[in-house]
Amino acid sequence: MTMTSTEGSNHGPSVAVPVATHASLDISKLKDKISIRNLEFFYGDSRALKSISLSLYANKATAFIGPSGCGKSTLLRVLNRMYDLYPGQRATGDVIFDGDNLLRPDQDINLLRARIGMVFQKPTPFPMTIYENVAFGVRLYENLPRAELDGRVEQALRRAALWDEVKDKLATNGQSLSGGQQQRLCIARTVAVKPEVILFDEPCSALDPISTAKIEELIDELKQDYTIVIVTHNMQQAARVSDFTAFMYLGELIEFGATATLFTTPKDKRTQAYITGRFG
Amino acid sequence: MPEHTLKRFDEELERLSATISEMGGLAENQLAQSLVALRTRDTEAAEKVIGDDARVDALDEAVQEQTIKLLALRQPMAIDLRVILSSIKIAAALERIADYAKNNAKRSIVLSQTTPPPAAVSGIDRLGRLVRVALKDVLDAFAHGDVDKARDVWQRDEEIDQVYTGLFRELLTYMMEDPRTITACSHLMFMAKNIERAGDHVTNIAELVSFRTAGHGFEEARPKGSAALYAAGSAP
Repeated sequence: MTMTSTEGSNHGPSVAVPVATHASLDISKLKDKISIRNLEFFYGDSRALKSISLSLYANKATAFIGPSGCGKSTLLRVLNRMYDLYPGQRATGDVIFDGDNLLRPDQDINLLRARIGMVFQKPTPFPMTIYENVAFGVRLYENLPRAELDGRVEQALRRAALWDEVKDKLATNGQSLSGGQQQRLCIARTVAVKPEVILFDEPCSALDPISTAKIEELIDELKQDYTIVIVTHNMQQAARVSDFTAFMYLGELIEFGATATLFTTPKDKRTQAYITGRFG
Repeated sequence: MPEHTLKRFDEELERLSATISEMGGLAENQLAQSLVALRTRDTEAAEKVIGDDARVDALDEAVQEQTIKLLALRQPMAIDLRVILSSIKIAAALERIADYAKNNAKRSIVLSQTTPPPAAVSGIDRLGRLVRVALKDVLDAFAHGDVDKARDVWQRDEEIDQVYTGLFRELLTYMMEDPRTITACSHLMFMAKNIERAGDHVTNIAELVSFRTAGHGFEEARPKGSAALYAAGSAP
């Protein structure tokens, strides 16, 4: 059964259970990496997320789609407590990450962010060498001998499909790379600290189609080892890279289901209107 | 369903549906005229049906061209995707129906030089009318996105199959009684089969109307008539 809330929906503790359409997506065999239950989020007095409940499955890519202001980026930012940086922002409910509620006040935020990495809309390389960009995060959490660190940097750059392009210029500034390369460098930096979940916030919106295709291919490969969550305005991209899609509107989760189902036979009229370009 | 933000997309989808409707009207007319040609032994009418088949084929090509363009340029999703995919398949079904009408028109020219048993000709006419009405109804269901009406057409296929089976047995009887009718009756037998096949395509269109509108076909197993379908004396 696909979870659909109707117009003027209840905000009850219903749990979104997606429809599996093909054999590879047997829900019963999937493991929750993160379980979001009755999550509410407030910017001051304004409620930006309304009783969100859904599961992010291990080694699957889940996409959040919806019009601007629907809460999809807010939801993503809750997942690594990014909102802690800002006063007046708070979340209630449960976000269970491997059995641990990551919203609890005494959560070790730095450790959490090592386990749940994030890649942003605009590439954010540090003003340092390519090598240092990748090694920087690793050094925060681990004290590795040089040879091992070299290995970790190479592995991360290979994982991000960037190694062949930068292996001869690791000492040059990361900001000298092209936009697409910079974004892959950021992915390498995220991967280097060996996270379990990677959050992508509009990772391709500043990239050309070829760089976009490379990142999408990369996301597909990264699923082998990580749980992927991606926020995107590009519905075709959500359709291409994700296994599950959540459609959000005005802070509510309207529909959550297997991507192949949601993009062919959405249950809710609002989902249909949005994905076919009939909104508003 | 509200309009697309991109008005051109709506226009293109409307044009596609208009092409299918035009094609449907033409196929329906071809089927009707092929029956007239048989009933009235009118070879001119039969020739016209044969000639007009090219118009149906041209519309089928137009549908294919439009759908390929829509898929490539609009990246349709959900109901738009289903509308476009079902359009290709509905056009193919209509094209086949028109082909059967053309084949029947050819056979009616041959039959006009023989003396087929009048009761058998009436039987073909009756079967043909059933399919023609079903085709008209499914085209209405298509035009209005009416799933209930499509389901009704889909269920009526059972009746068409029964009439066909009865007609098949009747034709066998004529041939056994008077071997001089074998040439005429074997043509009539193929004509009956053609019409029955056209009826199956109508049923497919009914399912596609449901798919494009509601996202699924008709769940329940389709009612099926005679169990021993290929037993001696039953229609293939």
